[in-house]
Amino acid sequence: MTASNPAQPSALAQLLEARLGARCARIAESHGQTTLEVLPENWLNVALTLRDDPQLRFEQLVDLCGIDYLSWGEGEWEGDAASWQGFSRGVEGAGPGRFGWSTRPHPQHVPRRFGVVAHLLSISHNQRVRVRAYCADDELPSVASLVAVWPGVNWFEREAFDLFGIVFEGHPDLRRILTDYGFVGHPFRKDFPLIGNVEVRYDADKKRVVYEPVRSVEPRVTVPRTLRDDSRYEQAQAEAKARGAK
Amino acid sequence: MQEIKNYTMNFGPQHPAAHGVLRLVLELDGETVMRVDPHIGLLHRATEKLAESKPFNHSIGYMDRLDYVSMMCNEHAYVRAIENLLGVEVPARAQWIRTLFDEITRILNHLMWLGSNGLDLGAMAVFLYAFRDREELMDCYEAVSGARMHATYYRPGGVYRDLPDVMPRYAESKWHRGKDLERLNEWRNGSMLDFLDAFADDFPRRIDEYETLLTDNRIWKQRTVDIGIVSPEQALEWGMSGPMLRASGIEWDLRKKQPYACYGEVDFDIPVGSRGDCYDRYLVRVEEMRQSNHIIKQCVRWLRANPGPVIARNFKVAPPSRVEMKRDMEALIHHFKLFTEGYTVPLGETYAAVEAPKGEFAVYLVSDGANKPFRMHCRAPSFAHLSSMDTIVRGHMLPDVVAMIGTYDVVFGEVDR
Repeated sequence: MTASNPAQPSALAQLLEARLGARCARIAESHGQTTLEVLPENWLNVALTLRDDPQLRFEQLVDLCGIDYLSWGEGEWEGDAASWQGFSRGVEGAGPGRFGWSTRPHPQHVPRRFGVVAHLLSISHNQRVRVRAYCADDELPSVASLVAVWPGVNWFEREAFDLFGIVFEGHPDLRRILTDYGFVGHPFRKDFPLIGNVEVRYDADKKRVVYEPVRSVEPRVTVPRTLRDDSRYEQAQAEAKARGAK
Repeated sequence: MQEIKNYTMNFGPQHPAAHGVLRLVLELDGETVMRVDPHIGLLHRATEKLAESKPFNHSIGYMDRLDYVSMMCNEHAYVRAIENLLGVEVPARAQWIRTLFDEITRILNHLMWLGSNGLDLGAMAVFLYAFRDREELMDCYEAVSGARMHATYYRPGGVYRDLPDVMPRYAESKWHRGKDLERLNEWRNGSMLDFLDAFADDFPRRIDEYETLLTDNRIWKQRTVDIGIVSPEQALEWGMSGPMLRASGIEWDLRKKQPYACYGEVDFDIPVGSRGDCYDRYLVRVEEMRQSNHIIKQCVRWLRANPGPVIARNFKVAPPSRVEMKRDMEALIHHFKLFTEGYTVPLGETYAAVEAPKGEFAVYLVSDGANKPFRMHCRAPSFAHLSSMDTIVRGHMLPDVVAMIGTYDVVFGEVDR
């Protein structure tokens, strides 16, 4: 899901390849950043190598988050083929803004749906690397916890569990962290409605706050999601360059 | 004899020293803290999910509302992420303006921190002085963007508009008149840069004032020295950054080590602590204000000498001017497309970090080629810092918990996102 490898891999990419060997499934480089993809079963031991190898020394895990790749690359508005087919109206689609809790989709067996992405920083070598693993099972996505490697990952893993339902095996305290007490569902999944599932209000009769299914908001999308793969950015850059030359 | 047991106490979320909506469940043995369980998320607004539902530019304003004490630094990380993916060049003047406002923001943040941390530990006066100085810097925010806090000033490709030629002045009113009015308007006779220059000349004297109040103050030292010591090893393994990391003796500042905007061209020093206690973090932040002030002076000098465009002339990303729109049909079409559909960002992912006042604030942006982000994740420094609470605070007294919350410099807008 990143741009293809440039002709010459960077020093870091070569080093990773040499140190990790078969344990790195893929190394991609784009925008001056290196992404290392590993199989979920190698997640923990690759992390240990990345931290302890004297030439890598990634002392800090700065960030970890989950991603739900469901609906990757799906647009809601047909713009590219418009010249010969006419435009679609952009009023239909399957994005999280289009459905409520009761009408939500139930996708099944989507391969490589959930990913875990960690960003590591080596202070001694002043370099960064992004490490990603796709969870094997999309019904119960799971990957090993890194708490034993970097204790600071604790809350980041709790957050990914809370928002995406990714289970971190071996985590000492895998509770929800950001959502409400007693919350149901994992809100950042692409099949979770944007308007949410419950709302709260004060009930004057019961004299307490009550939880109810969302009724005060309708699902709506004001700007349809559009994918374009055209040459206009190259054109824009060429134009800017030409203006600069003048 | 009566049996004595540990007991559990609830702290916050409605507590003046909780710095927002922090809820702590404390297990105490007498006054000694045995365990801390911070409950967060009371301000969770799903910013990241909302960002997935709107065109890229619509979320710049949400960035201000994350860490609402260092607004423009958050914007900076977000627009840098977009610029990385688009490959847009930012004009030099825009980069200098961003450097200038990042440093103004740092002073704003540190003043807020100094004032409120002082207030937590019983130093009321500092709070009043700090807010007096914040007012002047917030006037600069207002002068460039029209808003005192939530500026939405940085845009992909540059900044929204150039610095104003005239600094707004106070009008006469029931509250401001006579000598008072003259004093308030003393620096405001020229442009915003003149105002900032005068401010930067005067500000070191004011920092000295704060230091007179606190640095050698017996009570202040009793509350902060040797409290909440973070060893360099702990700072690294808990993912700490910014002043938290530097106070523990690790010389690390993204502005120096991985320079962005114009930080490679300005002169400044990184203050580093030695003990890693609350007092060191106080000293580091105060020194950072002096360094920021020094950077502001350099930015003002450059910006005075070098006029130029402040946003890329790339109409596929940044809109053409209103004047152009009125006479050029191409410009009108560009404007229409940008404000209805937005721009699409090429397939790819990037991690853009900035040295925000609290530490490393970063945006991880994944695009599948659409006009909205596929996934946007904000790496918030306060979130990482607060997660170490249990480890650091264990064994301290209850009042030290308050000192520690203050010195973490947490803001719930970014912890809960």
